[in-house]
Order: sequence, then structure tokens, then C-alpha cells
Amino acid sequence: MDTQRLAWYITLIAILIIAAAFLYVVARSGTLAQYESVQKKAYDIRRWFFWALVLLGVGATYGTLAQFPIADQRGPSAGARVVDVVGKQWLWELSANQFTAGVPVEFRVTANDVNHGLGIYDPNGRLVAQVQAMPGFTNRLVHTFTEPGKYRVLCLEYCGLVHHNMITGFEVAAARQGGKP
Amino acid sequence: MSALHQPAEALSRQERAVLNLYAVTGLAVIVLMMVGGIAMRMSQGTWIELPPDVFYQIMTAHGAAMVGIAGLTSSAVMWYFLRKYVRLSPGIFLANYVLFMIGAVLILGSIFVLQFGGGWTFLYPLPVKSNGIWSVHAAAGYMLGLVSIGVGFLLFYLDATLAILSVYGNLGRALGLQWLFGGDIDKSHPPTVVASTMVIIANGLGTLCGAVVLVLCLINAYVPAFELDALLAKNMIYFFGHVFINASIYMGVIAVYELLPRYSGRPWGVSRPFLWAWAASTVMVLIVYPHHLLMDFVMPHWMLAMGQIISFTSGLPVLTVTAYGALANVHRSGIRWSMPAKLLMLSMFGWAAGVVPAIVDAVISVNSVMHNTLWVPGHFHFYLILGLWPMLFGFMFHAIRARAEEPESAFDRLGFPAYLVGGLVFAGMLLMAGQASVARRWAVHLPEWVPYAHVAALAAVLVVLATIVFAVRIVSGLLRAQNVGAAH
Repeated sequence: MDTQRLAWYITLIAILIIAAAFLYVVARSGTLAQYESVQKKAYDIRRWFFWALVLLGVGATYGTLAQFPIADQRGPSAGARVVDVVGKQWLWELSANQFTAGVPVEFRVTANDVNHGLGIYDPNGRLVAQVQAMPGFTNRLVHTFTEPGKYRVLCLEYCGLVHHNMITGFEVAAARQGGKP
Repeated sequence: MSALHQPAEALSRQERAVLNLYAVTGLAVIVLMMVGGIAMRMSQGTWIELPPDVFYQIMTAHGAAMVGIAGLTSSAVMWYFLRKYVRLSPGIFLANYVLFMIGAVLILGSIFVLQFGGGWTFLYPLPVKSNGIWSVHAAAGYMLGLVSIGVGFLLFYLDATLAILSVYGNLGRALGLQWLFGGDIDKSHPPTVVASTMVIIANGLGTLCGAVVLVLCLINAYVPAFELDALLAKNMIYFFGHVFINASIYMGVIAVYELLPRYSGRPWGVSRPFLWAWAASTVMVLIVYPHHLLMDFVMPHWMLAMGQIISFTSGLPVLTVTAYGALANVHRSGIRWSMPAKLLMLSMFGWAAGVVPAIVDAVISVNSVMHNTLWVPGHFHFYLILGLWPMLFGFMFHAIRARAEEPESAFDRLGFPAYLVGGLVFAGMLLMAGQASVARRWAVHLPEWVPYAHVAALAAVLVVLATIVFAVRIVSGLLRAQNVGAAH
């Protein structure tokens, strides 16, 4: 399951739980009970609810940040193929457009006019990685392609009239035998 | 059931007139901009053809107007209830409206006369680097319009600050900080004062930051040699934008604290968890904004990690205090589900549920494949359509006094479920498109993205029809309530 689908299911489940809580309360709102007893019970449950959320948050933080998901920006990534990328109204300039699956690629991304967003879409049209392209700065995105095929680069930061046509592409070849470049 | 309308909330003729201006303007802008939203989704769905320049102009107007009107209308809620506890100036309240309208004229003129289409976030340096599509004057007009609106809000917050200080001595006492670690809480301390104090601290800073970056951008527009650091400008813009729209919700939720207990017949006062929630939110809303910059890898990584972690913790006050408090307040209360009560309860659901996709998207590894897809507007349309707007509509339905206690008409009975279903489908379709990698802010969609736009456009029609029903009911009620008031 890819990240998007996982995020979608988690979101749906959480929203459904919240909706169920509201529907339950609305459905029972017609019956009467002493507020003090309702309040006491609700506050007892809330204590558990609060600490459950805290525990969930701590776990999610550790699970998603223990290995920081963004490459170190201070220097080149070892063993990565380096590609210079420049975004300009309204085209992309890539210093290479042929890569190999299994080999890390370091995109050094900048812009020479306004902000752009380098969005990399796999052959199935799924967004697999992105980074901002900003004038005066170079962001390093390190990504290892797993699937061969034709990839598209779309602009994901609004940059003016032809933003939606700021598209280019590149090709990823299948990994060589044994996954070595 | 406790009295629905309190004598301390009575309005003078002038006050009523100004409040009506806020309400009618709010409703008109929301409906008009919803229609603009439908046009954009229909164009993305190829049902109509908007030229890209027109699309991006509508997109710019839609964003600026919706964010602006969220702030303006919510400030009316804050003003209406806060003046029960402190002395607010009706003149400043009117000045905020006038400056907003001056700003609106400048913004709309820049967009639809001078063809400015730089997006509502005026992300430096796009406003002055359009590649010849619009002029520097168009960008300057737009930014001056935002400055005018910001000045209005700053005046309003300054007036509220002085009024709160004159009663409570300092902002810490108004926030209830003296009770965080112990002591007997004064149960009569109004939640409205706590929320308002949080808003004037947070949005005072947010709006001030917005004004500074706008002035810097204006100088750059006419003195290009005066260049800004693009990353610093981006930080300032997103700090301002994030705080401003969140402050709108914090102002709007005052209506829930004030009104829901009246409809449920149960008190909803301050408690230690409540005060902790608002104190923590005051800090968190100021430091969470880096979650908008997670894809700017040159940002200090500790700030990006903070953006993720504070996004998690920001959900706690909403979920465990406000939304949970509303549920506890209503549970087995025998509440009568009149229109204000229904809308206020919906707003609690919309806010609480709308927080979820925001938290999910704040995870850096998720943001890598969700940022600037339709997931982002999915999250904020969820909590605006199903959260903030119902707070504001609920307040307005309540404010039209006589009608709030009348039996519901068939239109009301149809309007509410239509709004709920339309809003859920519309926001859900944005989220669904986002997880399918559909890019945000694209005038022309790829063929495989089109079906999402079709469903969303149909749902949006339902939302706008229901909103028109609400608006007609509210405006006619406001006019009638004015006559009743005048007769007295």
C-alpha cells in the first residue's frame, strides 16, 4: 500500500469515528440525564482519550521522524546520481533525463524567477516525490526509483498563467541484475 | 431551557445596522465565491471553458475573499459577545468594516480590471514577476487592498486589547493563566474573553507580520533593487496566512461557547483543561506554521520537525476540549434541535473532523506525496464548509431572534441535510482527488483527473443552493428583526 492510500484510509477511519461519536450523542440527546453525572463520566473518559491520543502522537512521531525523511542538505549524497534542475516560467531544465531503478538520484533543485514545485509522477500517475524550487536556494531531493518507465515532472507550486503546462518527463530504466547499477 | 437571548446582548439601532452590514456582506461574499468555486471545478471538469487567465483570476479572488470574509464575519461574532464583558467601540467596529470594503474594492479592481492572478497568498516574487501577464500596478493594488484589510483588523484587535486590559488588568489574567497550576477558578470567567484574548495575541502578531511582508513586497514592486529573501518572505506569508485563518475559527467558536449551552440548557464554563487548551493553542498557532514549508528542504530541519509535532499537538485542544466539551454538553440534555443548535453542532463535527487530514498531511513523509495536491484544499474546505461557516450561520440564525424560535419551514428542513451532504461530498472529493495525486491550482486538468471535478461540481451546487436558502432566511430575518428593534 502506498503512502497516499494509507493516509486516505487513516483519515477516513478517524473521520468515521468522530462522526460516530457525534451521531451517538445526537441520537441520545433526546433522553434526559443529570448533567453532573454525564459530566463526571465524560471527564473520566476524556482522561483516557487524551492520553491515548498522546501515546498515538508519540508513537507516530517516533515512527515517522526517527529516520528523518529529508536528505541532509549540506553535501552530496554518497553514491547518488546528481541532476541539476532549474524551474522557470514555464518549463523545467533537467541536466539528465535517463535514470536507473535502484540507483539513488539527487535532484538539486532551484528556480530562476519565481517559486515552482518539482512534482515527480510515476508511470501510473502517482506522485512519488516532490520538493520546492525557489529562487536563490537549492533544495536537494534524494529519491530512489523502484519502478521503470516514463515519469512526468509537474509543477506543484502556482507560478502564473501557464503553471498547468509546466510539464516535462524522464525515463527510468529497469535495475540491472542484482539491483546494482 | 435557559434564556436564548440575553439583555446584555441587546443592540442599539446603529449597532444592529453595522452588525447587519457584516452579516449581509458575509453571506453575499460566501455565496458569490462559492459560485466562483463551482465555475472552477466545472472548468476543470471540462463542462465549461474558462480561459486560464480568467481561471487564475477567479482562483485569486476566491482565496482572498473567502479568507477575508471568514475573518470579517468571525470578528462580528467576537464583537457581538465580547462587548457583554468589556467596552468595545462601535466606531472601530465600523472602521474595520469600512477598511475591509476599501480593501475589497482594491483587490477586486486589481484582479478583474487589471488582471492580477498571482494567487491569494501573493507568494513573493510571483506578484511582480508574472512574465508580462499583469502589471506591477495590478500587484500593488492587490497588496494595498490586503494592507487596508489588515489595518482594519489591527484596529479592531487594538480596541479589544485596550478594552480587555481595562477590565482584567493584563492579557494573562484574561487568558486565565493564573489558574493553570492551581487555585480556585472563577467559574464566571467568560470563555469568550479567553478566546478573544488568544485571538488578539495570535492574530495581532499574525496580521502585523502580514502587513510587514506586504509593505516589503510593495517596496520591491517599485524598487526592484530592494530584493527580499524568498525563503524569509515565504515564512512570513505562511505565518500570517496560517494564523489569520485559524484565528477566524477561534473567533467563530465563541458562538458555540456562548450559544450551545443556551440550547442545551446546561452551562459551559471555564475549567482547568479549558484554560490549558487555550493557553497552549495561543503558543501552538504561532509556531506550527512550518508545516506549510515541509517541502522547502533548506529550512532548518528542526523547524520542519517542529511543524509536524506541533501539528499533532494542535489537534488535542480541538478534539479533547472543544469538540469533546460540546458532545458532553449536549449528551442526554434534551436539547431541541432548532437551526442554530444544529448548525453549531455541525460546526463542532466539521472542525474536529477537518483537523484529521491536516494532521495526516503534516507528517513529512506524507507531505512529500500530498503537498500541493487537492488534499490540502480538501482539508481546509472540510473545516470551512462544515466547521466555520456553520458556526457563522448558526450565530446568524440565532441573531434573527424571532425566527430562531419559529418552527422550521420545509426549506430549512431540506437546506440543512443538503448542505451537510453537499459539503461532505465536496470536501471528500477534494481529499479523494488529493490522495490520487491530483495537483492543486491547475486551470486545466489531466484527463484522468476530470471525474473528481464532475462529482465535486455537483456537490458544490448542492452546497450553494443550501447556502442560498440559509442566506435568504437570515437576511429576511435580519431585516425583520431590525424592524422589531426599531419598533421597541
